[in-house]
Amino acid sequence: MSSHSTAVSETKHWNGGVSPFGMSYGKMYMWFFLVSDALTFSGLLCAYGFMRHKYPDLWPIPGDVFTHFPFYEGHIALAYVGLMTFILIMSSVTMVLAVEAGHRMNKKAVANWMLLTIIGGLMFVGSQAWEWYHFIVGTDHGAVRTFLKDGVWVTEVFKGANLQVNEYGLPVFGDFFFFITGFHGFHVFSGVVINAIIYINVLNDTYEKRGHYEMVEKVGLYWHFVDLVWVFVFTFFYLL
Amino acid sequence: MDHAHDTHTHEGHDHGHDAHAHHHEEPGFWTKYIFSEDHKMISRQFLLTAIFMGVLAMMMSIFFRLQLAWPGESFPILNYFLGDKWAPGGVMSPDMYLALVTIHGTIMVFFVLTGGLSGTFSNLLIPLQVGARDMASGFLNMLSYWFFFISSVIMFASLFIEDGPASAGWTIYPPLSALPQAIPGSGLGMTLWLVSMSLFVVSSLLGSLNYIVTVINLRTKGMTFTRLPLTVWAFLVTAILGVLSFPVLFSAVLLLIFDRSFGTSFYLSDIFISGQALEQTGGSPILFQHLFWFLGHPEVYIVLLPALGITSEIIATMSRKPIFGYRAMIGSILAIAFLSFIVWGHHMFVTGMNPFLGSVFVFTTLLIAIPSAVKAFNYITTLWKGNLIMSPAMLFAIGLVSTFVTGGVTGIILADSALDIPLHDTYFVVAHFHIVMGASAIFGMFAGVYHWFPRMFGRMMSNKLGYVHFWVTFIAVYGVFFPMHFIGLSGVPRRYYSNEAFAMFDNTHDLNVIITGFAIFGAIAQVVFVFNFFFSVYKGKRATQNPWNSNTLEWTAPVEHLHGNWPGSLPEVYRWPYDYSKPGKDEDFVPQNIPLSPGEVENH
Repeated sequence: MSSHSTAVSETKHWNGGVSPFGMSYGKMYMWFFLVSDALTFSGLLCAYGFMRHKYPDLWPIPGDVFTHFPFYEGHIALAYVGLMTFILIMSSVTMVLAVEAGHRMNKKAVANWMLLTIIGGLMFVGSQAWEWYHFIVGTDHGAVRTFLKDGVWVTEVFKGANLQVNEYGLPVFGDFFFFITGFHGFHVFSGVVINAIIYINVLNDTYEKRGHYEMVEKVGLYWHFVDLVWVFVFTFFYLL
Repeated sequence: MDHAHDTHTHEGHDHGHDAHAHHHEEPGFWTKYIFSEDHKMISRQFLLTAIFMGVLAMMMSIFFRLQLAWPGESFPILNYFLGDKWAPGGVMSPDMYLALVTIHGTIMVFFVLTGGLSGTFSNLLIPLQVGARDMASGFLNMLSYWFFFISSVIMFASLFIEDGPASAGWTIYPPLSALPQAIPGSGLGMTLWLVSMSLFVVSSLLGSLNYIVTVINLRTKGMTFTRLPLTVWAFLVTAILGVLSFPVLFSAVLLLIFDRSFGTSFYLSDIFISGQALEQTGGSPILFQHLFWFLGHPEVYIVLLPALGITSEIIATMSRKPIFGYRAMIGSILAIAFLSFIVWGHHMFVTGMNPFLGSVFVFTTLLIAIPSAVKAFNYITTLWKGNLIMSPAMLFAIGLVSTFVTGGVTGIILADSALDIPLHDTYFVVAHFHIVMGASAIFGMFAGVYHWFPRMFGRMMSNKLGYVHFWVTFIAVYGVFFPMHFIGLSGVPRRYYSNEAFAMFDNTHDLNVIITGFAIFGAIAQVVFVFNFFFSVYKGKRATQNPWNSNTLEWTAPVEHLHGNWPGSLPEVYRWPYDYSKPGKDEDFVPQNIPLSPGEVENH
């Protein structure tokens, strides 16, 4: 049974008494939480795909809907959301640098990179508000809708979109857009708040005293996850 | 970087272990009994809450069984409990009937068999059986219970509001559940149901994450994955199922909340109510069913797997034999868990699903029969020629094997779309899932309570009352659900307040009377159980440290509960947990913390 004994030595990490991944429980907790949260988003994105598949012709073309860019009068498809996405991905880069500085126990660098990450997150949330604003206000010409009210058919011109109507096409498009980007935006916002708390702790030497910056790593995992989810949301809503 | 990792890890461990070992001051009343972070106390809190909710849901079932057996007749007891509004003159109102079946299902599935079963036994047994001081995070474990508690309180409170509790069935299909105009129960009652279930998902998530991390990170020295008791394997896989499936229910519930409260139309389209066209268009109620059953089917195994794990442990211990096919048992748990994610469509054969897609779901569903049969045969072969000790726990474990087989056989019938389509939404389905998931899981839970009661409360439950409880319950379960299959085969639909208007169902009436008789008979047995439980907590015979001569680590800890479980250092593990009746040993059991003697070969 020599093969047996080698198998045991190879799997020493799994023999108990040690963490098999050399990982604290908190970090592992965060990983499994992210798996779970990923499933929540998967549920929502699958629902989106289901509905879009149901109305292949009536679904609005995102390039025709999201055409605004600040300080620019004309229309340019998806440029602004591209910029937003770039900002969010850059905030992931600054987060990586904060975690790396934490490994070197360089408090000043951690604080600076955390601050940049927070600013990036706030810029993203702000941009999303701007994007929502233009979607809600709509175009100058609007659209016509006919509906039954108290047994009488009513026709009216309306502009923009909300949870009930959508001038660009199906109301369900607006419902999903508001819900999923809102749910994601809520994640970004909570990430910014958590990052801010950690930033204050960094400034107060909390982790310097503790001897390691693992908390920065944990919130970093959450932040990268939020970015990754946005890549999927962006792909589903804007590109496909 | 590796160095940094190591420091973190050690620190995490120190916090988890030594901090408790050096903890001497007595905790006060609040930290000991109410906001406890000790897994043993949290497990007792879950059990007590589940018993309360279970008694509630069982009473509801008796109420609607009275209506089904004697439709439209007056019962003073209904008037006493439901009041003049819901049971005027003692006759149950149709709205209350719908509310009762809905809340009975919700409480039993989620609060008793998910929260109660996993919450009690994962919490009690995971740290004790893997040899840990406590859960990875005691604080989040405490939060898990308190979210469960608040969720239970909201569900309970929804019984007392003016319009009555949610009434759209435990599956809360829209549009019925989405439109407050539809039935009274879709108003505030439904809102409270959704809030309660959202909190329940949070509780389940906090608990499951803790279970997974504890099993991976905090196994004591020598406790490899192939030395884990099958209970821990079952709890681990159950927790993984929960982490993967409950969030999807959460997203479905969030979308439903938006449809109800903010005028979106995710699930609603082309609906007229009292001649008024609904504003919402474009959604699809089928979408909800997909999301719901993506949770809903794994949920069946979230309910069942812990019961199967408990059964494995009890059958091996009480047969004084190693469990037959230990690795096959692990493999079948994993196979069942994997398959549970690709079978949800079998709940939706009648939704207009493409028959080709339906046949795929038929195939994947039938595949589940294979690992299930592996488990059933392994139980039977473990019992075979064993030195059987018929404790109440063992009886309930064998009872589980019986109901698991009986209900599994009708599962094969229902898995086949050609047979399911005529049987869909009849009492055949009700009988099937009550036997295979309801009765089996509750048998597993009872088995666990009888078996681990000495570990939980330091006292023994009365065996005599346990035997009465088992035999009456067992006979009642078959008495209730066996005839119910025939009612279903004759086409009687579920969830109907009364079938008096349909002459073709008149010949099922006598069966309904028999079923209700057995249901009341079974309910009385549960009174015996509740009495036995509470009497034994205070007056039961004092337990010895290892009353069942069992091998697992929880019986190496002192009877008195310590925060930190073991005085001194943690036990080390040298063997698998099923060394029963090992040749060459003086005793018929060898606990896991006994080193191999010279020349001894490890089993399995």
